[in-house]
Amino acid sequence: MTSAAMPQTSRRKTAPAGPAIRLVGLSKRFGETTAVDSVDLEIRSGEFFSMLGPSGSGKTTVLRLIAGFELPTAGVIELDGKDVSARAPFERDVNTVFQDYALFPHMSLIENVAYGLRVRGVAKAVRRQRAAEALEQVQLGSFLDRRPSQLSGGQRQRVALARALVVRPKVLLLDEPLGALDLKLRQQMQVELKELQQELGITFIFVTHDQEEALTMSDRIGVFNKGRIEQVGTPEEIYERPNGPFVANFVGTSNIFPGTLGRSLYGRDDRFSVRPERIQLRPLPPEGPGTGIALTVTALVYLGHATQVRGTLPDGTTAVALIPVTAGRGGEFAVGQPAVLSWNRQDVVWLPPAS
Amino acid sequence: MSVDIRPADAAPGRPSRQALSALLYRRGRLRLAGLLTAPAAWLILVYIAALSALLITALWTVDTFTGKVSTTWTLDNLIQVTTDPVYQTIALRTLRIAVLVTVVDMVLALPIAFFIAKVASPRWRGVLVVAILMPLWASYLVKAYAWRNVLAEGGLLEWLGISSPGYSEAAVVIALSYIWLPYMILPIHAGFERVPDSLLEASSDLGAKPLATLRLVILPILVPSIIAGTIFTFALTLGDYITAQIVGGTTQMLGTVVYANVGAANNLPLASAVALIPIAVIMAYLLIVRRTGALNNL
Ligand SMILES: Nc1ncnc2c1ncn2[C@@H]1O[C@H](COP(=O)(O)OP(=O)(O)O)[C@@H](O)[C@H]1O
Ligand SMILES: [Mg+2]
Repeated sequence: MTSAAMPQTSRRKTAPAGPAIRLVGLSKRFGETTAVDSVDLEIRSGEFFSMLGPSGSGKTTVLRLIAGFELPTAGVIELDGKDVSARAPFERDVNTVFQDYALFPHMSLIENVAYGLRVRGVAKAVRRQRAAEALEQVQLGSFLDRRPSQLSGGQRQRVALARALVVRPKVLLLDEPLGALDLKLRQQMQVELKELQQELGITFIFVTHDQEEALTMSDRIGVFNKGRIEQVGTPEEIYERPNGPFVANFVGTSNIFPGTLGRSLYGRDDRFSVRPERIQLRPLPPEGPGTGIALTVTALVYLGHATQVRGTLPDGTTAVALIPVTAGRGGEFAVGQPAVLSWNRQDVVWLPPAS
Repeated sequence: MSVDIRPADAAPGRPSRQALSALLYRRGRLRLAGLLTAPAAWLILVYIAALSALLITALWTVDTFTGKVSTTWTLDNLIQVTTDPVYQTIALRTLRIAVLVTVVDMVLALPIAFFIAKVASPRWRGVLVVAILMPLWASYLVKAYAWRNVLAEGGLLEWLGISSPGYSEAAVVIALSYIWLPYMILPIHAGFERVPDSLLEASSDLGAKPLATLRLVILPILVPSIIAGTIFTFALTLGDYITAQIVGGTTQMLGTVVYANVGAANNLPLASAVALIPIAVIMAYLLIVRRTGALNNL
C-alpha cells in the first residue's frame, strides 16, 4: 500500500516523545467479573503494540476502555498526556477497526469511508475525494459504490481500515482484525498492516490471541492473563526471556522443568524453561545417557518444517523438542523408545516462583 | 443454475417416498407450488374476492321502496362519496386523525423502542416487551371506555382540575394513539434489535455526536420498520368507528359512516363506496413509500 492519500506522515514522526497512551491502575468490573485488573501500561507514540492473551483475558475490554465505549471502574486513561477517562468516544482522538468491521449496511463504500469526515463537517466534494483516495490505497478503488454486503471478508476489513484511517487518528485500535480471514489472506494482511503502520507512523494497538501474529508484527507486546498484564517487552524479550510460566507457555510451546531438576543440574531451586527448538535430542547410546537427561518418547508430530518429539522424563515432567527437517533425523526416534535430552546453559530461562 | 443432482442409487427402505422427495428436490418449481397453493388460494378467496365484492357492491343501488339491494349498475355512489362536501369533510377529518395518531405514535414509540432494545438490561427487556404487549390483551372496548372516563366532561381529567378535551376530535386522537401504540413500538423495536451495537459505537468512534448517529445511522436503518409501524397505525385508524363513537361524541369518521349505512340507513352500496376511500388512501400511501425508495435498503 502506498501512502499517497495520507500525507501527514512527517507530522507524525515529529510527534512529542511522550507516551501516546498511558493507563494507570485501570480496572473494569462487570458485576462479579473483573475483566481488567489494575493495569499499568505506557504505549509509545508511533509504535506497533500488540495485546496478546487467551480468550477472556481482558484485551477487548482494555481496547474498549481506550476507545471510550466503556468507562473504567477505577484508574486513569491518558491520551497524549491528557486525562480522557470520562470523555465520550467522539471526543477522543483514537479510532477503532472492529472485529465484525461494523460497516454501515445502508451506505456505499465511499459513504462509509467518508462518514468520519462528514460528521466533522468536511465539504462533500473534499470528503468524497479523500474517501476515494483511501479506498484506492486499500485496493478497493473500483468498488466505490458497492454496498458492504457485496464484499468478501477481506475486502470489508480493508474498508474498515480505510474508514478508520481517513480521519487521521493519533492511535488506531484493532481488535483481532484478521481473526475472520483464512490463513493465506491473514499472512498477507499482516505484512500490509505492518507496512501501513510504518508508513503512517500512527500508533497501532493490535489485539490478538495468536502469538505468532504478535511476534512477527509488533514493536512491543503486552501479554494479558486474567485481566492483568503479565509481561511487556519486545518480541525477543517475550519469547527468549519469559518472566513466568504463563508467558513461557502461552508464547510458543515451552518446556518448563521443575525446581528439583534446577537444583540437581545447576544448584538453584527455581523452575526454568527451555524452548523446544533449543533442545538437542539424540537416540540413547548403548553406553548410557552421558551428559544428558534420559527421556521416553511418547509422540512424534510431523509439522512440515520440523518434527516435534514429545516425551516424559523419569520424574514425569513432559518435554518437547523440535527437530528441523534439514537435520533429517526424525526417523531416528520411535514412540516408546528412549532418547537423550540436552541443551546449552545459555538457553536456560529461570522462572520466578509462581505466586 | 440447473445443476442436476441425483442420488447415485436410492437407499433401500421406502422407495416411493424417496422418489417423491427426490423429485421435489430436483424440481424447485414443483416444490414451490406444493408449498404455496393452499395459502395462495386462501389469499385469493379472502382478500381479492372480498375486495372485488366491495367494489361491485359499491356500483349497485338500493331500491328506495323495498330497501333491497338492486343490481343495477351505477356510478352514483362513488360520485356522491367523492363530491358531496359532507363526505369530503369526513374523509379529510379521518385522514387528519390518522396522520396525527401516526405522528404521535411515532414520536412516542421511537424513544420507548430505543430504550427497550439498547438501554435496558436483558432482564428488563423481556419485562418491558411484555408490558408493551399487555394492553393488547385487554378488550378494545374496555380501553375506549376507560379513555372516555378520563377525557369526558366530568371525567378524571376535570376532576384533577385539568381542562379536558371532552367529546371531540382531540379525544379520538388521544384514545387511538394509546390503543395503536403497541403496533408502532413492536416493529420499531424489532428494527432496533437488528442494529448491532457496534454500528452505534463505530459512528461515535468516527466522531459523530448522538444526534448525528441518530440521523445518519439509526433512522436510515429503521426506515422500513417505521414504515411498517405507520402502515399499522394509519390503516387501523382509517378503519376505526368504535373509539370515534365512544370518545368522539358527534365526531364522524369514515368508519362511523360505513357503520351507519350498513345498519341504520340500510344502504350497503353507499357503505361500500365509503369503505373504498381508506383502501384508496392506503394504496396511495404505499405507492408513495415505494416511489421515495424508502424500502430500497431492505
Ligand atoms: N459487557 C460485559 N458484560 C459482562 N462481562 C463482560 C463484558 N465484556 C467482557 N466481559 C467479561 O470480561 C472478561 C474479559 O473479556 P474480554 O475483554 O472480551 O476478553 P478478550 O478480549 O481478551 O477475549 C470475560 O470474562 C468476559 O466474560
Ligand atoms: Mg476479544
